[in-house]
Amino acid sequence: MHSIEIKDISKKYIISRYNDNRQNNSIRESISNKIKNVFSKKTRDNKREEFWALRDVSFNVNIGDKIGIIGKNGAGKSTLLKILSRITNPTSGSITLNGRVASLLEVGTGFHPELTGKENIFLNGSILGMKKNEIKKKFDEIVAFSEIEQFLDTPVKRYSSGMYVRLAFSVAAHLEPEILLIDEVLAVGDAQFQKKCIGKMESASKEGRTILFVSHNMGAIKQLCSRAVLLEKGKVKLDSNVDDVISNYFEDVVTDTSFEMEFDKKDRVENLYKVYINKISFPNKLALYKMWEPINMELEIDNLSNMDQEIIAGLTILSVDEYPAFSVESEDCGHKLFLKNNSRTNIKISIPYPNLAPGKYFIRIGIRAGLNVIDFKDRTLHFEIQSGLNTYPTKNFIHGMKAQSKWEY
Amino acid sequence: MNTSKITEIKSNNKFSNYWKEIWDYKELFFFLAWRDILVRYKQTFFGIAWSIIRPLITIVVFSVIFGKVASLPSDGIPYPILVIAGTLPWQLFSTSLSEASNSLISNSNMITKVYFPRLAIPLSTIVVSIIDFAISLVILICVMIYYAYIPSWQILTLPIFILIAILASLGGGIWFSALNVKYRDFKFVIPFIVQFGLFVSPVGFSSSLVPGKWKLIYSLNPMVGVIDGFRWAITGKESSLFAEGFMVSLIIVLIIFFSGIWYFRKTEKTFADFI
Repeated sequence: MHSIEIKDISKKYIISRYNDNRQNNSIRESISNKIKNVFSKKTRDNKREEFWALRDVSFNVNIGDKIGIIGKNGAGKSTLLKILSRITNPTSGSITLNGRVASLLEVGTGFHPELTGKENIFLNGSILGMKKNEIKKKFDEIVAFSEIEQFLDTPVKRYSSGMYVRLAFSVAAHLEPEILLIDEVLAVGDAQFQKKCIGKMESASKEGRTILFVSHNMGAIKQLCSRAVLLEKGKVKLDSNVDDVISNYFEDVVTDTSFEMEFDKKDRVENLYKVYINKISFPNKLALYKMWEPINMELEIDNLSNMDQEIIAGLTILSVDEYPAFSVESEDCGHKLFLKNNSRTNIKISIPYPNLAPGKYFIRIGIRAGLNVIDFKDRTLHFEIQSGLNTYPTKNFIHGMKAQSKWEY
Repeated sequence: MNTSKITEIKSNNKFSNYWKEIWDYKELFFFLAWRDILVRYKQTFFGIAWSIIRPLITIVVFSVIFGKVASLPSDGIPYPILVIAGTLPWQLFSTSLSEASNSLISNSNMITKVYFPRLAIPLSTIVVSIIDFAISLVILICVMIYYAYIPSWQILTLPIFILIAILASLGGGIWFSALNVKYRDFKFVIPFIVQFGLFVSPVGFSSSLVPGKWKLIYSLNPMVGVIDGFRWAITGKESSLFAEGFMVSLIIVLIIFFSGIWYFRKTEKTFADFI
């Protein structure tokens, strides 16, 4: 008997201009959009586009299985989880869930800032599907797990974010469903508490609980799951043991090397300084370097404010499985970057001795003013370091730093 | 673990056990209502007294404007009692409408992150309005004592009319909560309904002022029947209840209530996609 049977699940979304404008920030905007839409009713329908977030996804999960769902952004992981937790309905297909289901798409769903920690335990517990008696019975355990006993009668709006997450996760960790659906929630909280939570979930699965875990954190997936499903563009690409699927996923990420990346102005998160990263590129138009070969990059930063600004820019080079190799900062050479008002600044960055082992890497960029982070871009350019010799195995990923060394015998 | 709970998810889910599931989630429903009550008067100076103060101000203003300034007839009933019998059900209806219509939107984070019967959200907000209503009944009792007004046997029928008022509030609230998810226009519409409704419905005056030939059409406003029923139960004056008109209002209330549930069930599966 299967714990979860997923059969030919598809989910279609209609994307349209009309829908984009629906998130109106102001009443005025909203009315003007409504009026625009009234006058352009016909064109509105033409702008509708179908988007299949999931297409004929089928797989079964055995009772007690711990299964990881991985894939790039937009592969359909979260949609699948939303359908499984009955938040949204599939367009076609069917799912059978055998047992009590709890889904953790977020920790602290329904937490109310005005209520005290104690009140929120009851509220959140019941939202997650616990019965009142169950919460009462586990109350002491939940409080002990959260390590915030002394703040139980304080409204959670006065909590630090760490305390908030601890409390929220403690409630969730004490659910006792037969099927647990988890989305990326482990990304929050401090490392030690994360470990505790993974431990708690592992012990949960040893009791025969089925866990379906969506994450970008391959480390956590590897630690928790024995099997994984790789989704790509709404379809199941690979369903196998966790190591195979993860290495397949990385190979996939790796093929997407890129030498230029421009960031959409629409996606800019507004900041006080009005300074934004616009573009990063490799001027040699290649995302391929030999070992020890200097890496040159160009970074474009827009200063949209009427004031000149002084900032610090930094890059971190990480291996595709997200182990940081090293980072460089403009501050390293002792000066701040000067951005003239209302203009674009082109910065040339060069790393003369990148001590990188052969493998695949990506760049994370951040700019800051003093200690304030202004703009941040994760997973920008992906590139590859080749050994130049054929003796290096490329598949096994000897990532990380290389150091100058001597071998004598 | 021996379990018998099997959940089927299909594209055209006909929740055969829809009401059973709502029953299973009754605790969540109470928790949500409890949260709204706890939160409602946090950081207010007068606290729960607001549920008395708000209707009281309306009653005083209406009694003065309609009773004293405009000197509208009241069939020999003390004008404040006439106004109270209109204000209480009206406030129940209008607060239910405005609170419930926003309820799904303001709980959107829950709707997009966890499953539970969606009906629990508008229902629990309406429960809060009902509790407010129950508290404000105290005003009625106090005023009746002040005027030494002894009600007739009809007061015993008041619970029936309260029930009708609740049905009307639920119906309207459920309709607008679901509509508001997809069409945010209703966030502009509701304040108008509440504002105009106050003057269109016989809240501050007796519906006997409406000329005979218009009475039936006037009763198409469901609150007319509800308010008239309240007046009839409280004052015992035959003249205040127009039987045919009341039936029209009652039928409209029932239509709004059942169609509201039908519309809600039809659309709730897509709430998470639109909200």
